Amino acid sequence: MSREGWINALLLAGVAGVPLWAWAVDEPFTITLATRAAILALAGVGLNIALGLGGLVSLGHAAFFGIGGYAMGILASHAQAYDPIMEAPILIQGTKSMPVIWLVAVAAAALAALVIGALSLRTSGVYFIMITLAFGQMFYFFAISWPAYGGEDGLSIYVRNGFPGLNTLDPIQFFGLCFALLLLALLFSARLAKAPFGLALNAARQVPTRVATVGLSPFRLRLVAFVMSGAITGLAGALFADLNRFVSPTMFSWQTSGEIIVFVILGGVARTCGPVAGAALFVALEHVLGDLSDYWHIYLGLILLAVVLFARGGIVGTLAGRGRAHD
Amino acid sequence: MTDPVLATDGVTKRFGALAACDGVSLELRPGEIHAVIGPNGAGKSTLIQLICGGLAPDAGRVTFRGRDVTASNTQARARAGLGRTFQVSALAMEDTVLQNAVLGALGARGGAFRVWRPALRDPALRDRAMAALERVGLADVAAVRTAELSHGQRRQLEVAVALTLEPHAFVMDEPMAGMGPEGSARMTRFLDGLRGQAPILLVEHDMDAVFALADRLSVLVYGRVIATGSLAEVRADPAVREAYLGEDA
Repeated sequence: MSREGWINALLLAGVAGVPLWAWAVDEPFTITLATRAAILALAGVGLNIALGLGGLVSLGHAAFFGIGGYAMGILASHAQAYDPIMEAPILIQGTKSMPVIWLVAVAAAALAALVIGALSLRTSGVYFIMITLAFGQMFYFFAISWPAYGGEDGLSIYVRNGFPGLNTLDPIQFFGLCFALLLLALLFSARLAKAPFGLALNAARQVPTRVATVGLSPFRLRLVAFVMSGAITGLAGALFADLNRFVSPTMFSWQTSGEIIVFVILGGVARTCGPVAGAALFVALEHVLGDLSDYWHIYLGLILLAVVLFARGGIVGTLAGRGRAHD
Repeated sequence: MTDPVLATDGVTKRFGALAACDGVSLELRPGEIHAVIGPNGAGKSTLIQLICGGLAPDAGRVTFRGRDVTASNTQARARAGLGRTFQVSALAMEDTVLQNAVLGALGARGGAFRVWRPALRDPALRDRAMAALERVGLADVAAVRTAELSHGQRRQLEVAVALTLEPHAFVMDEPMAGMGPEGSARMTRFLDGLRGQAPILLVEHDMDAVFALADRLSVLVYGRVIATGSLAEVRADPAVREAYLGEDA
């Protein structure tokens, strides 16, 4: 196994080990923290496909995170009120089933990513950042001004949604579910990076003219990557809403987009497990420093500054060294 | 006369008041190396862009394998079988030599939307890429990062990526650029053998290479073709002697 492989294994063992320990000594709050880290890592894994592999700095991934959250909120709120979402022309009921909610969240986020991507990928660089930001803000203000689903106050879901065969109200079981999805997403993104699609996307980031000259379309590669990226971040949004049993427009805010970027940069851009390291560190800092001061973001800012100035490969990149050239 | 593989018919491209290409008509026939020479600023790079789809002409047509491709973009022309090399190497520097060649093999396959199986373990892709690397003599450095290659090796890799496409015509923008005499001589021998596979439109500054390789020659000055023909014909052309080759040629 490569050095990065060992680091990834250690990292994942840590993210799984802490809540298992907390479960043994009956510290449910620590399990919740670890669940939060796993879900935010999942959002980062999504962004990493666009940002790391594709070089697409999206400042609008909160849109997909929020869409996932609202997919859960809307379906579950109708189910808990026994009030169908629509009656004509066909009857659509709400649901409290996680697999159905995930499917809807992923599909809705992918669709949004397709539309947003098709428009914003015609630009690049700073314009791309600004357009994705603008789309994110559109969703944010739309959510605020949509009274049917709580407007500014958001939506509360009283009981966590169910998964066949599991008691999702038990923190360790819900953690297990989130962690399993994180592992699946990591496996997918690791395979993707080495697959033909990843190779071509990575080349399109470096030399788009070359990719076009061999007959492949950089635009289509980026669009597909953006859709996959948005879909995974949307799934994370649905889980995040379920963790908090609450959805609010904050999930759509540009700060959320910024935080997802921070996970990726802290952990290591284009490193498979970079977002896991970044999100885990973020949640740990939030918890430890947040107890000391409301202004804990100052310290996060200092750490981010140190990473950007002295450790460009992020946590995973610095520990694992270069070693990206394989086979 | 056989039909040309690639032809431009009066292509014109203006940038403001400057006509970078002004009614350029060229033909690339099967089995030939057709060299395009001209002083700096003559419009050679613009012509290549017009042929390969990087720029759309203001007037004129580009035909490739009997089809009008004037409205096609770069990808479509590549898929139709146009293999291009760049004057300044356009390679994925972070990737290995093999990965760059596999990218070409992916293009030849016509799509890169497979997401699961590693590209480098796909025998069809790998064999095609390795065969191209072997032909240009880069098989030994297949696992090396492209950024670590020498300048000459990057030029060879440029050609190898074009080879993976098994194109119907090559368009090469100064393949000898920046190479030492030895490298130029090796590349010249290689291109000499390549014309049997597909004709080459060769834009080149290295006159030794041009005289050694070209079956026909076109001279571009201020965006216009002032002469086209065999080496002997072009050398004898008074306009060429005056405008480009100088009195001593």
